[in-house]
Amino acid sequence: MATAYERVQAARSGKRPSGGYYIDRMVDGFVELHGDRRYGDDPAIIGGIGWMNGQAVTVIAMERGDSIEDRMRRHFGCPSPEGYRKALRLMKLSEKFGRPIICLIGSSGAYCGIQAEQRGQGEAIAENLFEMMGLRVPIISVVIGEGGSGGALALGVCDTAIMLENSVYSVISPEGCASILWKDASKAPEAAEALHLTSYDLHKFGVVEHVIKEQNRTEKEIGAELKQLILDELAQKSAMSVDALLAARYQKFRSIGA
Amino acid sequence: MSLKDTISSILPHSTPAAPAQEPRTCKQCGTTTAYEELRKNHMICPSCGAYYRMHAWERIADILDEGSFTELDKAMQSSDPISFPNYPQKLAQAKQASGLQEAVVCGIGKIEGVRCAVFVMDSAFMMGSMGTIVGEKITRLFEKATAQKLPVVGFLTSGGARMQEGILSLMQMAKVSGAVRKHSDNGGLYLPVLTDPTTGGITASFAMQGDIILAEPHALIGFAGQRVIEQTTGEKLPQGFQRAEFLLEHGFVDLIEERPRLRFMLANLLKLHQKPETPKMTKPFRSLMPERRR
Ligand SMILES: [Zn+2]
Repeated sequence: MATAYERVQAARSGKRPSGGYYIDRMVDGFVELHGDRRYGDDPAIIGGIGWMNGQAVTVIAMERGDSIEDRMRRHFGCPSPEGYRKALRLMKLSEKFGRPIICLIGSSGAYCGIQAEQRGQGEAIAENLFEMMGLRVPIISVVIGEGGSGGALALGVCDTAIMLENSVYSVISPEGCASILWKDASKAPEAAEALHLTSYDLHKFGVVEHVIKEQNRTEKEIGAELKQLILDELAQKSAMSVDALLAARYQKFRSIGA
Repeated sequence: MSLKDTISSILPHSTPAAPAQEPRTCKQCGTTTAYEELRKNHMICPSCGAYYRMHAWERIADILDEGSFTELDKAMQSSDPISFPNYPQKLAQAKQASGLQEAVVCGIGKIEGVRCAVFVMDSAFMMGSMGTIVGEKITRLFEKATAQKLPVVGFLTSGGARMQEGILSLMQMAKVSGAVRKHSDNGGLYLPVLTDPTTGGITASFAMQGDIILAEPHALIGFAGQRVIEQTTGEKLPQGFQRAEFLLEHGFVDLIEERPRLRFMLANLLKLHQKPETPKMTKPFRSLMPERRR
């Protein structure tokens, strides 16, 4: 069994597929849409529409980039306020036309910087949490890599939450936790254990509904299983009335720590 | 009247621990002031005007009509849901230091005669961080306010989500947001007052979900921590970065109000949103409002 920190490292690995990879694997005829209509377009988030087994879907995905230039440009997948606002714009568009929404989460968190604060990083995340609670179409969120705190949760309000086995999801990075607790970032492995941030921990807490196994499987196989699971979940959620869907979404989060 | 007396007059059947009533020394100018004088001055340093951080019960005494407050869920206490190292000890210390059971006090009270649901966070309890109990208490308050068609007034101060409860703390941001959303969909008014400091996951959730967002002067309000931003970007932070005035300038708070005027501003806003059949302001607003300083 992998330790918590080994999973953190696997989740962060540069070799691990990012959002764009899963879009390619799962979505046919993907059309990327750009911009928040307020300030700019954030390449840390890829958003667009396409087909999944003949069904129109909206996909919002964090993308860390491949080459070093691409990674710099995309802030390693850490979204700025414009990214969250683009995501919300596309989610509202999706709601208008009755399309379900799939969110793929995988970066160390919201981008940290002076400009991001000036343009309301906190407000952008808060707005997504508030609006996603009421979106009248099914939302499936998948943690594919590192689920870093509030910046991840901003795409994480959903009807079904899925994690890939070696992804992690945490309130704070193990390094951040270790330096606050023990004034020593090198104790991150201990902090990772203490935080209970693995897919199995979150499944046990009831925060995520499904874990997709990665061990001894190719990325292609993982992508195929993820696609099938999303389709199954969408079929279930789409059969519900909007009122029942929203009530269940409220209850899903309402019951955590109640 | 001492704070203890004030509290017992507000809460005849409850005896929450009062904060220390010794003279306090201002961190900004070094002036030492008697506690009674500070209380009368809304916990503002009389010589330099710096704001002391307020204890939850000081805030309640400062803002709510005397004798109007009924606390809700006061016995709720955090357990140690993910068995985090030293968390039970930290909780015990926080209770000792703050005289509170958790980092938020919730209840129903009146401001200038207007009934409202009120939550007051307290930075003396583990930096006002939000774990499952803080999330649960605030969620229950919004649900009660929704059921009883009451406005919600919140006094926020927090370092963010509480890491000792791991992912469960993070999820409280979504949980509270759901309750705020329901209250809003039901036509409820929510007035958050952001006080020093309001940061992290609180800023990224219910601090920024108000209908009208108020802030105290000079309060630190932001998402990312200043040291983290400096270390990550290598840039020097601009003067006044993440202060209330900075957020006002960038369009993220509606107004900044001084403490001596806050109660009246809240009353005014509450009354401006009341249904037409309820009583209007009895006296002209201007006659109630203390003069602005300077
Ligand atoms: Zn002073």
